[in-house]
Amino acid sequence: MSARRVLTVDDSRTMRNMVAFTLRNAGYAVEEAQDGAEAIKALQIGNYDLVITDLNMPTMDGLALVRAMRATPRNRATPILILTTEADAEKKAAGRAAGATGWLVKPFNPQRLIEITAKVCA
Amino acid sequence: MEGMDDIRATFFEECAELLGNAAELLGQLADGSAGDDTLHAIFRAVHSIKGGAGAFGFTRLVEFTHVAETLMDSLRNGRSAPTEEIISLLVRAIDSLGDLVAAEQTGTQLPSNFGAEIVAAMTQAANDGADSPIGQSAGSRAPSAAGAIQSPRQCIIGFAPQPQVFRNGNEPILILTQLARLGEADIQPDLSRLPNLDALDPEDSYLVWTIHLTTIAPEAELREVFEFVEDDCRLTLADAPPPAIAPSPPPAALPAGDATVGPPQAPPDPPPAAARAEKPNQAPSPQTRSIRVDIEKVDRLVNLVGELVITQAVLLEQSSGLSVDQHPDLLRGIEGLSQHARELQESVMAIRAQPVKSVFSRIPRLVRDLAAELGRDVRIIMTGENTEIDKTVIEQLGDPLTHMIRNAIDHGIEPPAERMAAGKPAQGTIHLSAEHRSGRIVIEISDDGRGINRDQVRRKAESKGLIPANANLSDDEITNLIFLPGFSTAEKVSNVSGRGVGMDVVKRNVQAMGGRINLESRFGTGSRFTLSLPLTLAILDGMVVAIGRQTYIIPLSNIVENLRPRAGDIRPLVGYGEVLALRGDYISLVPLHGIFGIPGAVTNPCNGIVVIVEGDGGKRLALLVDELIGQQQVVVKSIEENYGSVEGIGGATILGNGRVALILDVSRLRCARPPPAQAQAA
Repeated sequence: MSARRVLTVDDSRTMRNMVAFTLRNAGYAVEEAQDGAEAIKALQIGNYDLVITDLNMPTMDGLALVRAMRATPRNRATPILILTTEADAEKKAAGRAAGATGWLVKPFNPQRLIEITAKVCA
Repeated sequence: MEGMDDIRATFFEECAELLGNAAELLGQLADGSAGDDTLHAIFRAVHSIKGGAGAFGFTRLVEFTHVAETLMDSLRNGRSAPTEEIISLLVRAIDSLGDLVAAEQTGTQLPSNFGAEIVAAMTQAANDGADSPIGQSAGSRAPSAAGAIQSPRQCIIGFAPQPQVFRNGNEPILILTQLARLGEADIQPDLSRLPNLDALDPEDSYLVWTIHLTTIAPEAELREVFEFVEDDCRLTLADAPPPAIAPSPPPAALPAGDATVGPPQAPPDPPPAAARAEKPNQAPSPQTRSIRVDIEKVDRLVNLVGELVITQAVLLEQSSGLSVDQHPDLLRGIEGLSQHARELQESVMAIRAQPVKSVFSRIPRLVRDLAAELGRDVRIIMTGENTEIDKTVIEQLGDPLTHMIRNAIDHGIEPPAERMAAGKPAQGTIHLSAEHRSGRIVIEISDDGRGINRDQVRRKAESKGLIPANANLSDDEITNLIFLPGFSTAEKVSNVSGRGVGMDVVKRNVQAMGGRINLESRFGTGSRFTLSLPLTLAILDGMVVAIGRQTYIIPLSNIVENLRPRAGDIRPLVGYGEVLALRGDYISLVPLHGIFGIPGAVTNPCNGIVVIVEGDGGKRLALLVDELIGQQQVVVKSIEENYGSVEGIGGATILGNGRVALILDVSRLRCARPPPAQAQAA
């Protein structure tokens, strides 16, 4: 079976690298985008098994990305994890309402990221 | 694949960028040129640092950024107003953040109360804006399941997802798989709600499961499996009595739950978001026009191009004797090569070039802070911030520039009352400009302050024994005495510019990057510092000199003057060897042929040329060489990297004739001087 494809979307290079490093070690194929708009471009071309996105980004933020994905037939069912430092319920609810699958609060430990990824992406 | 160290390095690199950005944006906020997005952008910068810091376990950094973020958040939500106090608080916070980042990067331990005052002030400011504190602990963890290890128990889990569970990308089967990993699971589906095919919506979920799980995992862990679907399902968790393994009927709770699941709450609506579906192609991100390259790769490229330029020079020189008639194509080819090599070199240098803005952008704040501290009213006007120079030069430019600005405010600009009395506007002006001038970058710092009092400078220099009494000096020479080590014009040492470093350090820094510094000043009307810097450190303006059959390069930035001494100017001085008497001053004579052991060189200074150079700390030396060959730009090759450190030699280069020439490091030359024990044969 070919590796699952994950798209990590974050304006912080450090975070993207962290996610990519962790998941690559766990056998996923990881690609990176630095904001929602870039992610949309990638999603138009590629098929991803999971999108992991930050909320707070320039140009197009995480919620807008989730909404845009859910409104596109192609990405309607793609699992989306929101990765953010904002742990408050308000943000989680907004993420859910927009159509996010799950969330992970930064700072995460790598094991937890792998677990959660497995939970939403076979 | 990248390792953790690389990610760490990326993090620190990114922090530096983000902090630089934040500082610049705060500056815009302060002077009112901020745009709508400014606050958000600063927030994002702090936020990103916090995210990375958390990932690496830099707790202090996380705590500090969290407080800053809370304040920023209250600003961008309009709960607090960005007053001058708050901006200056944030500016200090960004500074402290820089220190915290640096401490993590270098592994330094900061005092435990570091930044406490700023944290307190920020918390206060954020609370003033909000009725209640906004955020508490950063990165709150899931409640830890306290308690001892439990023996396996059996529990019964009822899992009834709502029909729209798929719509958020959740997949019940994955959840069940996870659950099965926690112990021994018996999973039974309830298909009773499955409609007939014609009524079935393939995007809805109709199944309900009952799971009998034998596990040691605490309940919290079981619930965590369902964390993403808990709002989209009906979940029951119950302990089963251990002995009685109840295979059938599922607990009563479930059918009841079934009833509440009911019909889809929201019909599978063509969501209103559909209208927005085509919108994501908004403004393309501006960053996509640039790529990020490891500086080492660029350095390697610069180096290779340097080699290419040398090879090209060798070819050019070798072909200079050839006749155009006999080798027209070869010569045309070599000419083309020369031109392309030069262009290539310029292009490669341009990759490393950065606008001086990164250094200039820190200055307005420095001016503001210092002016406030010293009770001056100063405005700064900057021009040419977009002038580009080599990254390495920029990195070394910060310190001298900062010091000169401090100096201009502390010693140059008078207090407002004094200015009014002198008939000047109360507000002093400092101009900072950068421009390209004949292959170098020239940075000027001028102020309309009190200027330099030459009489005072002269008296001070005499009293400190820096110059002989009654020395015959031009106005310019007197002015430039302030660059001598041990000279300080301030009557009393202030805590601003009198930090034990003087203009001599500035001059040394500037010279270290192959630059020159000059000061013009008119007493009463102001001063102007002119810094002339090379565009890159990889290329050096040198004077090619011959000693015996050897060729050496003396960096032009060190050279003060060249002369051929008369016999009477050379005098032996006990303990110093020979000295050269020059306009009332004595300068140590350094016979380079003696130091480097070169046979057949000119030994009588009166038959050779003496090059007066100035090294670190303004110490002058008179270097004896056979003759001057000419001035030339040379590509600097590190000798330490390829061979080892040599006293008095700063590097090497390859000349057009293919021969290697060593580049003198004037500042380290005098240490290399052997005891002058040689017979002074004429």
